[in-house]
Amino acid sequence: MSRKSLDAFPDHAVSATAAAEAPWPVRRRHREKYAMNKELLAFIIVAVLLAVVPFTFGTSTTFIAMSLAKGLAVLGILILLRAGQVSFGHAMYFAIGAYAAAFLSSAFRGIDMLLLIGAAILASGVAGAIVGIFVTRYRGIFFGMVNLAFSMVFYSILEKAFHITGGSDGMRIRRPTLLGMELKRAEFDIAIYYVILLFALLSVWLVWRYLRSPMGEALRAVKSNETRLEYVGLSAKSVLLGGYIASAVLCGIGGVFMGMVQGLATPEHAFWTRSSELVFIAALGGPAHVAGAFGGTVVFEAVRTYAAALLDDSWQLILGVTLIVIILWAPGGMVELFRRLTGLDRAKTLTPEAGR
Amino acid sequence: MSDYSASPLLLQAEGLKLRFGGIIAADGIDLSLHEGEHLAIIGPNGAGKTTFLNICTGYLRPQGGSVRFENREITAQPPRQITRLGIARAFQIPQLFAEQTVLENMLLAVSVRERHWNPLRNLHAVPERREMEGLLELVGCSDVRDRVASELPEGKRKLADIAIALALKPRVLLMDEPTSGVASADKFDVMETLMNALRQAKVSSVFVEHDMEMVSRYATRVAVWAQGKIQTTGAPEVVLNDPDVVRNVIGG
Amino acid sequence: MTPNFAVLALLDGIAYASLLFLVAVGLTLVFGVLGILNIAHGSLYAIGAYVAATLGQWLVANGYNPWLTFPALFAGATVVGIALGGMLERFLLQRIYKKDEVLQLLVTFAVFMILENLQRMIWGVQPYFMSTPLNLLGNISFLGINYTAYQVLFLPAAAIVVLFALRHFLRHTAIGAQILAVTEDREAATSIGINATRVYFMTFVIGACFAALGGALATPTTSLVTGMGANMIVLSFAVAATAGLGQIEGAAVSALMIGVARAFAVYLSPELEVIMPYLIMVLVLLVKPNGLFGKDTARKI
Repeated sequence: MSRKSLDAFPDHAVSATAAAEAPWPVRRRHREKYAMNKELLAFIIVAVLLAVVPFTFGTSTTFIAMSLAKGLAVLGILILLRAGQVSFGHAMYFAIGAYAAAFLSSAFRGIDMLLLIGAAILASGVAGAIVGIFVTRYRGIFFGMVNLAFSMVFYSILEKAFHITGGSDGMRIRRPTLLGMELKRAEFDIAIYYVILLFALLSVWLVWRYLRSPMGEALRAVKSNETRLEYVGLSAKSVLLGGYIASAVLCGIGGVFMGMVQGLATPEHAFWTRSSELVFIAALGGPAHVAGAFGGTVVFEAVRTYAAALLDDSWQLILGVTLIVIILWAPGGMVELFRRLTGLDRAKTLTPEAGR
Repeated sequence: MSDYSASPLLLQAEGLKLRFGGIIAADGIDLSLHEGEHLAIIGPNGAGKTTFLNICTGYLRPQGGSVRFENREITAQPPRQITRLGIARAFQIPQLFAEQTVLENMLLAVSVRERHWNPLRNLHAVPERREMEGLLELVGCSDVRDRVASELPEGKRKLADIAIALALKPRVLLMDEPTSGVASADKFDVMETLMNALRQAKVSSVFVEHDMEMVSRYATRVAVWAQGKIQTTGAPEVVLNDPDVVRNVIGG
Repeated sequence: MTPNFAVLALLDGIAYASLLFLVAVGLTLVFGVLGILNIAHGSLYAIGAYVAATLGQWLVANGYNPWLTFPALFAGATVVGIALGGMLERFLLQRIYKKDEVLQLLVTFAVFMILENLQRMIWGVQPYFMSTPLNLLGNISFLGINYTAYQVLFLPAAAIVVLFALRHFLRHTAIGAQILAVTEDREAATSIGINATRVYFMTFVIGACFAALGGALATPTTSLVTGMGANMIVLSFAVAATAGLGQIEGAAVSALMIGVARAFAVYLSPELEVIMPYLIMVLVLLVKPNGLFGKDTARKI
């Protein structure tokens, strides 16, 4: 029986079974289950709330859809942050996802949405692997900057190759079908909302599990002690590459969703400012919990939308100042922010899983 | 002390040479380890003993000579491959995964050993968890099992480092000053437990050591290192009483 | 490609390389001494360019002797370097020297975001021109081809002067020796009485001045547009990384390589122009991960 299914039942019904099966002390198991239950409960509540959005806050449907799409990309950045690395160029994979859909949808009219998603996953995964093989030789500054360089080159290519990519005007992404059904505008908006929501929930769960698995913990080790990692028999480069490809794919999925919602793929998707936003949200909202990638994105986008009239011209300025202020004067001090930044808030509890 | 020269040859270093600029770290090292042996390497500080371990485990590439493990050439293979072949290492300065608990350090090591690559399985749910907890008990780290590695006191760091190496179930364990940093009162207990465990698990070892009492009690053979070469090897009671050795290495 | 084109490309490349060197050397100097890769370095380049352009335009518009635009270039760059660079180091960088590498990166990236935005707010998005210095120096004939003296003579001369001045400064002056000492070993340097804080400050300001100078000297050759800062930070990083971060003389070599290669790409295959610098960087790093002249990192065990 998986632990997750155990936790779905009320405490008293399973405690006996749990005590019999689990190899570790029952008291601690209760504490863990309590924490797990709280997390699971929150997860379910949020999922349900989001699920009814199209019927309650109908006008926000597209906004939340786009935020969730972006949140997927932020999730990708989080994975790399776990390994102590920052990429300033992941918007590149976001763009690859969107353009993959653009090319396919213009070549095959009425192509299915799921095929577009599949294509985005494939394209961003392959691109991530190719770039990743080179980039994962490096850490820290080099890693961040080489990613930035690759993305700026990609941006330039997208802009200049007018006859292929439509230049700075971008490419249209025609409305795809879903499971064989042709959808009108309104139906499509709702349908894609649910698809995005599904992917978002699924990816939160998957990444959450991944980060707690041996491979995910190995990512942490890449940051803390690569030498020891090599000396237990793992290639730090391979571990980081795995995380890199996963992050590229997440960005690609985010990009294809964004592209389908907006009906457009533009070079702007790959510009450094987009990467900076992803890093910003990940750095501040993410590391406390994987789901923070989405919560942070929604808050970020909400602030930007509602302050657009006033702040559009100074958006990068505000982001930059906020980032610096937080880094220098985080409430819990540099140590707490740093630990939050790399995803380990030990101050909370000694129990390994609760609160992470 | 028994003679292990008839038992299978595990690790063999031949003619290892390495110099850094003007410093000769290794000048033709010949050393072999047979199964069941616990070989102590003694010698003045900074003589290159750690460099020797670095070369054997692939961290450094020698400029001459070779290293063989179970008669397979392993010279200049990367540490991760050599570790997988069955040679584990405990370091002079303990190398731990600073941000994770001691138990998590062990679980990560054993996950690599057992190839647990399922991204959906929790690190703490691996079947070898009991075994790791037992291992921690063995080296005396049970009390810090759930402490984050960066917060460990000095003595425990050393032990945790050794525990991680043992988690890999190696054939050969290379230790660099295993009891330095451990409180004097605990040194014997630790070494005693460690050596018993190694003997039981049939793990052979090479350990660099400065404490001659440890050497005389636990080594099956002693190698004396000086000026980039192995000057002598032999049974502890012979080597440790050799007047030259006493003068150059132990005394003064 | 005819010999004419080849010479054109070469000259173009050398001119471009001179600018690249000016910017890259500042970046690599700061990294070598302070250990920080200043992503905002590109913005310093851009702001240096805009300030020089504004200054020059003002001089011309108000009827001053056009030759004054030359000192205006240097004056503008110096002001930007000292003011902006000085403030950055004193009020921001000083606080992050002890922080984790990732946090340092994020901070300089944040500064980059801020400066890019400020630049856009102050100077807008329309292109700026200030080609007076270029026009003043006129053309020269080189192997039968006409080229601007500014690009063929002035720029390379400026780069060479900076290179040798920096070398002399570091090797033969007291402050230079202090900088080298701090780079080598900060603790040891502090313990013999060197004021590391002051050294860091000076180094950063010098680096910032170089970036701004690169921008200022570039102004007459091109139109200034938004995004030139972002472009330049990745370019100068490519140059610095190819040489090996911290390598000053090496930066001259890699600037030349990349500048000339890019120029040839422009003439031969324009689509490759943008990729060329990074292609070279990747190729070099594949063979020498620490750059052409970089040193291997120290062992940890």
